[in-house]
Amino acid sequence: MPEEIKLMKGNEAIAYAAIRYGADGYFGYPITPQSEIMETLMDEMPWETTGMVVLQAESEVAAINMVYGGAACGKAVMTSSSSPGISLKLEGISYMAGAELPGLIVNVMRGGPGLGTIQPSQADYFQTVKGGGHGDYRLITLAPASVQEMADHVALAFDLSFKYRNPAMILSDGVIGQMMEKVKLPEQRARRTEDQVRQEQTWATLGKPDNRKPNIITSLELDSSVMEKNNQRFQAKYKLIEENEVIYEEINCEDAEYLIVAFGSAARISQKVVDLARAEGIKVGLFRPVTLWPFPSKRLNTYKDKVKGILTMELNAGQMIEDVKLAVECNVPVEHYGRLGGIVPSPTEVFEAFKSTFIK
Amino acid sequence: MQHEIIIAGFGGQGVLSMGKILAYAGLMEDKEVSWFPSYGPEQRGGTANVTVILSDQRVSSPVLNEFDIAIVLNQPSLDKFENTVKPGGILIYDGNGINNPPKRKDIEIYQIDAMNIASTEGMAKTFNMIVLGGLLKVSPIVKLESVMAGLKKSLPERHHKLLPMNEKAIIRGMEIIHKQ
Repeated sequence: MPEEIKLMKGNEAIAYAAIRYGADGYFGYPITPQSEIMETLMDEMPWETTGMVVLQAESEVAAINMVYGGAACGKAVMTSSSSPGISLKLEGISYMAGAELPGLIVNVMRGGPGLGTIQPSQADYFQTVKGGGHGDYRLITLAPASVQEMADHVALAFDLSFKYRNPAMILSDGVIGQMMEKVKLPEQRARRTEDQVRQEQTWATLGKPDNRKPNIITSLELDSSVMEKNNQRFQAKYKLIEENEVIYEEINCEDAEYLIVAFGSAARISQKVVDLARAEGIKVGLFRPVTLWPFPSKRLNTYKDKVKGILTMELNAGQMIEDVKLAVECNVPVEHYGRLGGIVPSPTEVFEAFKSTFIK
Repeated sequence: MQHEIIIAGFGGQGVLSMGKILAYAGLMEDKEVSWFPSYGPEQRGGTANVTVILSDQRVSSPVLNEFDIAIVLNQPSLDKFENTVKPGGILIYDGNGINNPPKRKDIEIYQIDAMNIASTEGMAKTFNMIVLGGLLKVSPIVKLESVMAGLKKSLPERHHKLLPMNEKAIIRGMEIIHKQ
């Protein structure tokens, strides 16, 4: 067994991956089912090794604003929470999008609305990919389906958020956060030095040298004609992200007569559903969006003449189904199956639902 | 080959850690593993359970509703999980406090009086290892040395002196498990 393969929870993988990415800071406030992220960071004490700051803020609102502040200085900073806590952070996330600040937000979703339950859910899909906070903004959204991806998506999210100067979210849930699997952690990277940050993040507010005007980080612009230009710049950037950063996985899709579209933990359950269906001779494939925004619409569109039906399986009342319907331009019957409020369906339950929907 | 296992009992019986040790043992044998706990507030004093999957291939769903092996350590867990064992599968239960023993005829049922042995033989702290020993006897899904290596890896070094008493408990479990 290679030494570097470890067994850990998805939440722990996020913490270790953040340290190894060379993140500069984590600011959070505990909430189930993601508290192991900050617990692990506190246990590891990275401030004594890489110099990464780990701080328990007085509230979720404080934590996201600390991220805003760190990001304004060009630092790789992050926060994490679960659904009710993310609702509190949305104002800050919208401000980050408006001020074009990079940063990582992790949401380990639980059942809502309100304080809800602590059990797994995917009911924050709309909140994450359709805005959530106010204004015309987009959040780069990654949906890990394994502990390994929890680790891998930390670097991916940070890199994308710096590449486009836009906040990025890892949208996970209680299943992926709490389960243990094998994981190979990335190599330890050095934190960016002050000089590197000055060179790479020329927009950062790190103190003004004599040879340039002051950098200003703000989302406020009272002149609407300028604010419209800002918005047009954001939209151009979002279009670029949609063109270049789509990620998806296809399992048994080549000869599929039916597709299940699912992300995160629902995709894992659906993978078993594909096995159950194939064992009965029904050709089902799994299409798994890894980026929820940008959504893999173009690729999904190619199935509109190939399959007889699509089932979206989500731990919610039917949210991603809207994007799937748009992607196939309603040329294929698209149906939804899901459980609500923290209930996780079993593979056989989903398979029965699939059969009663499409195989009559 | 894939083994799908549910372990269920009262919170505090070591259900989650037994699952973890099994998962670590799988890791030692280079298997694909998943460990998914019930993490609700019911864990304290209520029922706790964990799904462990050991496989030669990538594990698909970590959440299951039928199992090859169910290990149940109290009546509520027996009531809940007896019917989730696949036909031909294995059910292991601790006889302590069981008023309605399992009735199915299409599965192999084993009884292990680990609770009783743990209290009479001074092994209260290694109760879950007695049960694990029983499992390894009736279904050697991982080797004893892998369990010990996994235990060593999952325990902090200051607790390594406890390894022999854990091994003793596993071996005791192998001796006392019997077919119902």
